Amino acid sequence: MVKEAEVREPLILGKDVTYHKITEEVCAPVEGKANKLWWGVFFVALTLGLWGLGSITYLIGRGIGVWGLNNTVGWAWDITNFVWWVGIGHAGTLISAVLLLFRQKWRMAINRAAEAMTIFAVMMAALFPGIHMGRIWVSYWVLPIPNQFGSLWVNFNSPLLWDVFAISTYFSVSLVFWYIGLIPDFATIRDRATGPIAKKMYSLLSFGWTGNAKAWIRFEEVSLVLAGLATPLVFSVHSIVSMDFATSVIPGWHTTIFPPYFVAGAIFSGFAMVQTLLLITRKVLNYERYITIQHIELMNIIIVVTGSMVGTAYLSELFISWYSGVEYESYAFLNRFSGPYAWAYWSMMACNVITPQFFWFKKLRRNLMISFILSIFVNIGMWFERFVIIVTSLHRDYIPANWSWFHPTWVDIGVYLGTIGLFFTLFLLFTRFFPVLALNELKSILKVSGEAYREKKTEDKTPETTA
Amino acid sequence: MTTEKFLYGLYNDDEILVSGIKKLQEKGIKVNDAYSPFPIHGLEDVLGIKWTRLAVASFMFGLGGLTLAILAINYFMIIDWPMNIGGKPSFSLYENLPAFVPIMFEFTVLCAAHGMAITYFTRNMTFPGLPARNPHPRTTDDHFAVELSFRTNEMEVNDLKEALKETGVVEIFEKERITKFV
Repeated sequence: MVKEAEVREPLILGKDVTYHKITEEVCAPVEGKANKLWWGVFFVALTLGLWGLGSITYLIGRGIGVWGLNNTVGWAWDITNFVWWVGIGHAGTLISAVLLLFRQKWRMAINRAAEAMTIFAVMMAALFPGIHMGRIWVSYWVLPIPNQFGSLWVNFNSPLLWDVFAISTYFSVSLVFWYIGLIPDFATIRDRATGPIAKKMYSLLSFGWTGNAKAWIRFEEVSLVLAGLATPLVFSVHSIVSMDFATSVIPGWHTTIFPPYFVAGAIFSGFAMVQTLLLITRKVLNYERYITIQHIELMNIIIVVTGSMVGTAYLSELFISWYSGVEYESYAFLNRFSGPYAWAYWSMMACNVITPQFFWFKKLRRNLMISFILSIFVNIGMWFERFVIIVTSLHRDYIPANWSWFHPTWVDIGVYLGTIGLFFTLFLLFTRFFPVLALNELKSILKVSGEAYREKKTEDKTPETTA
Repeated sequence: MTTEKFLYGLYNDDEILVSGIKKLQEKGIKVNDAYSPFPIHGLEDVLGIKWTRLAVASFMFGLGGLTLAILAINYFMIIDWPMNIGGKPSFSLYENLPAFVPIMFEFTVLCAAHGMAITYFTRNMTFPGLPARNPHPRTTDDHFAVELSFRTNEMEVNDLKEALKETGVVEIFEKERITKFV
């Protein structure tokens, strides 16, 4: 058994934790009944989600004209929401893949929920380019399929097509990665299930998992290789999303800093959303011993690091716009912070650059209420970042006669709130039917990083046991 | 479908399982397999199981994906319908390569990941609808099972059971298991 340094804080709290206790506690929400609070929140989320689906149906029926878009502002909330959701999705892969490659054991308590969040967020994101096409029934035209239009192919030079490949690869690989990790845990629920329907369902979901030695070897190899593949993938996806803007010739978009700046922003916003979700989940499902204050603190450290990277990017972008001497470029940024959309720019600055700086203080990093409030600020700030980049760069066209303004209609608002509703509906269902913590991974670190076993080791002072 | 009857010993700790297997092997008993609720590091050395070659498979799938992407993009953009986009004519794959790299990369990852996942499911024989094949329901919770085959061990059943008892098992039982689906 590998010994861990005594100075490290234990990752699983509680002196009476055993393998069985982990199973019991993680399976409790799946096997028990939902309380009134869950039903209340679920009902609100579902209503919002259905309202969103209604808005989407109306949009498809009537056409894109029901959004507030106009000739000048051709992209607005739709693409803002798309980039916002994709960004949120990045934290899950970062936690499960990048932290796995770096052998960070603290990822084990949060990776399952974070990956679920990734998948639901990418689903919401993928919706927007789809409905933005207007004629969603021909959305298969984005794929290089042999056709009868003079065998016309999609343009492989275009970042929009790169996006199609990036998002679909990202979604499907994340889904497979997540599901492979879930199989052994579904098997645990299967073997504990008492009801015939539950037994049948989890039997189906667990694919007949055996848990023999060779299966576990393969499991570990698959996890490692998928992590190795997902790591460059996650960086490529948001780089490509940023290239949707960066390869255009719009002042304020045409910037080489975009890919790293977008990736940092994505990790920043993703961790904020993980924080928002897990601070509630750990409380409601009684997972405080697994998702400890230390986990919260480590995530807050990532938030302050990536938040500062984003802040640096904002400032260098501003500086370069002046230093470049390009009039159009300078004007785009002057307009951003002092034009009619200055309120959006300063909301973004306040939420993304100033609020995360509070996390330099250990006391604040370890405070749950502060963490929760600041995570909400970051979520809002990152939405404004995309709104600022998209709408303020577009609304003042080259000719002043074309200057315009963006007013969201009820359909814009309905679709956006609807995706939030659908996202929470899916996440709430996840907490009822899926093991929210990675059971098998937590068990594998119990003896190394669990408080229960650490105490025992220091007490009997025995030399290393065989294993 | 082929089934075979095995003798199982159940342990309640991973360290006891590993030391138990070593004790059995010292007596010349061949241990067929072990079942656990989580991966136990070093178990493959004790059992003498070779490390998996899934990573190699993944590499091959990735290579296949990359080749396919290059061939397809070359056909679509250079041979079949060359387009002059932004004053950058598509006369050769080489000259246009930078713009094609993102999709080549994405398609490589797509094939490597899904190819490996399918290989993984096939090698483990885990597919939706297949029956659970762990010997005891608690081997996915907090118990660990060791599997002894009657075919490879020439000892008497009672001697095998006696040997198991000395290793600190909590339960001994015989059970049939599916060994092959096809």
